[in-house]
Amino acid sequence: MQVNMDTTVPEKIPFLRDPAKLAILYQLLTVIGVGLLSYYLIHNTLANLERQSISTGFDFLGKEASFEIGEKLMRYSAADSYGRALSIGFLNTLVVAFIGITLTVIFGTVLGIARLSKNWLMARLAAIYIEVFQDIPILLQLFFWYAFFYEILPAPQKALGLMPGVFLCNRGLIFGVPYWHVAHLYAAAAFGLACLLIFFIRTWAAKRQAASGRIFPVMKVAIALFVGLPLLAWWLTGAPATMNVPRLSGFNFKGGVTISPEFTALLLGLVLYTSAFVAEVVRAGIQSVGKGQREAALTIGLKPGQVLNLVILPQALRVIVPPLTSQMLNLTKNSSLAVAIGYPDFVSVAGTTINQTGQAIEGVALIMFVYLAFSLSTSAFMNWYNKKIAIVER
Amino acid sequence: MAHFQRIVPAVVVAFCLTAGVAISGTLDAVKTKGFVQTGVNSDLFGFGKPDEKGVWKGLDIDTARAIAAAIFGDAEKVKFTPLTTKTRFTALQSGEIDVLTRNATQTLSRDTDLGLDFVQVNYYDGQGFLIPNKLGVKSAKELDGASVCVLPGTTTEQNVADYFRVNKMKMNPVVIENNAELAKAFFAGRCDCLTSDASQLAGIRAVAPNPADYTILPEIISKEPLAPAVRHGDNQWKDVVNYVVLAMIEAEELGITSKNVDEMMTSTNPAVMRFLGVTPGNGKSLGLDEKWAYNIVKQVGNYSEVFERNVGVNTPLMLKRGLNALWNNGGLMYSPPFK
Repeated sequence: MQVNMDTTVPEKIPFLRDPAKLAILYQLLTVIGVGLLSYYLIHNTLANLERQSISTGFDFLGKEASFEIGEKLMRYSAADSYGRALSIGFLNTLVVAFIGITLTVIFGTVLGIARLSKNWLMARLAAIYIEVFQDIPILLQLFFWYAFFYEILPAPQKALGLMPGVFLCNRGLIFGVPYWHVAHLYAAAAFGLACLLIFFIRTWAAKRQAASGRIFPVMKVAIALFVGLPLLAWWLTGAPATMNVPRLSGFNFKGGVTISPEFTALLLGLVLYTSAFVAEVVRAGIQSVGKGQREAALTIGLKPGQVLNLVILPQALRVIVPPLTSQMLNLTKNSSLAVAIGYPDFVSVAGTTINQTGQAIEGVALIMFVYLAFSLSTSAFMNWYNKKIAIVER
Repeated sequence: MAHFQRIVPAVVVAFCLTAGVAISGTLDAVKTKGFVQTGVNSDLFGFGKPDEKGVWKGLDIDTARAIAAAIFGDAEKVKFTPLTTKTRFTALQSGEIDVLTRNATQTLSRDTDLGLDFVQVNYYDGQGFLIPNKLGVKSAKELDGASVCVLPGTTTEQNVADYFRVNKMKMNPVVIENNAELAKAFFAGRCDCLTSDASQLAGIRAVAPNPADYTILPEIISKEPLAPAVRHGDNQWKDVVNYVVLAMIEAEELGITSKNVDEMMTSTNPAVMRFLGVTPGNGKSLGLDEKWAYNIVKQVGNYSEVFERNVGVNTPLMLKRGLNALWNNGGLMYSPPFK
């Protein structure tokens, strides 16, 4: 008899020595541990709240809020619910974060490029700006801008008339807007159409240039379309021009649209502060591109603007985008400092809600959830963009 | 940073609640640690604010000192925790403080939903409007369309919204968290009027660049009984705090002051004898020394002394007793008998 020594079946590894199985075991134990801990914390909190007779749950969202909000993008009155009040606050945060991020990216990029400029004065001015605004705490800057507005600007009765129908006073910038007319809808649609057209023209121009080398003036055509198409639509649908002009009556202006000093101070403070950081991010990105790239681009006859747009920025963006994302998140989170200068953002409205209902845990949970949602969606978008511009291995 | 100030305590509370809080035996706990931890306002002249030497002054501060005097026979055995309108109730719920003496309005929902108990009112207040004279407004009914500066986190926002709704007027609130920043914006003309409790308006007016330029309108749009608060469920502690406040009122009614209290010890009036512990009984019932009321009056004073010292007509606040006079003097201050 011959025993086959050459068996292919390996010796069975004991469970406790198998790294793969152990890894699963450890992860399972961790999950169970975390689960038990959260159960304990939540259960204990609820029991304690119950024992101290503190109300829990989100029923309060449906109750009448009975407080007013200064700035609102939707119809809202004190008779509406807490839920609606909170959505007003949510929209206010969204607006300031969105406009803030847009302006910050533009202004920060310009600053970052300016700091690298060959022009001595421009480079120094940019450097001084960046150092000063980076180093002063954002809250102080907000207080400064807010005080600047209410101390410098006159009372509504003595408002500065910038031009007919536009007033500047310590209640804000107040200007006339056209009354609602269906023509505006057509103009908006025309604007959308212009965007679509420009996208196609750009693609076509790029293809043509790649094939024939001929350059199409995309920028000029784009501007003409952006302005021309909506204007044309507005004109064709009757050119309505009656304006809702603000008039001083009693304490304040009535009619028109008001941009409050609180909003302006918050936006200005956030944009000026965050752009200083963004400028440094942009500078780091541009400097990360090898000198040879620039020289080579100039050698083949590209203009300085083209060098920046076609050679430097596409490479720099890969370095810029991840830290830029975190600056965007910073801006959004810093917008919660609005409470200090009276802008009714989400934290401010949630704070009033917490105070009136006394349900701090639910209120704070809502605040955390909202900021988490803001941050995660910004991150998701930026990660998608980052992937799009990342180096494609060929 | 303002938003941390308001969120952190709430988060802390969330964690404290998860850890479990002793809600009974506050009196014993206070005696063991040797001082009373009190939540106060740190920025309201006349009610709670440190003076230029760092000594805490105010009606609420004196109430807290009276509690310490009753328990320890020493009015200085008290520590103050400055709290904002947002953090005050959570600090109490979580056990961070033993008692809240921070011009808090007693309301039904706070009493029930927040798990608190309010004791005897130490100041009857009401919400009003402060307005610059130059606007020429004589009544709050003329405020249609006004920008209104509001300090958040009180019943103030709700009251003013209710008032404008009832009178079919429009308002434009500017809600600023910080008391000083709010006053600055108001004095610079950001708002047409400022609304808060009348006592606070008097305090804000007192620090105006020129106080004579501002008037408190006659309309009082809400009832604001300001009372110290304790956690719900600890009846012994609630009794102690309640009777400390009442003792100051009772002392005024009995004519006992910090100046004459030693002479009063020899009084033959049975009510005075019971009150000062010459006839023992009250102290034991409350779990305190028999001289607890004596110590309050001796070290802090009766209600009249405390009122006049902090907010009365000879202070910058220039407040009259009004509703806060004794019941037999046309006010609401009334103490049950001490027997």
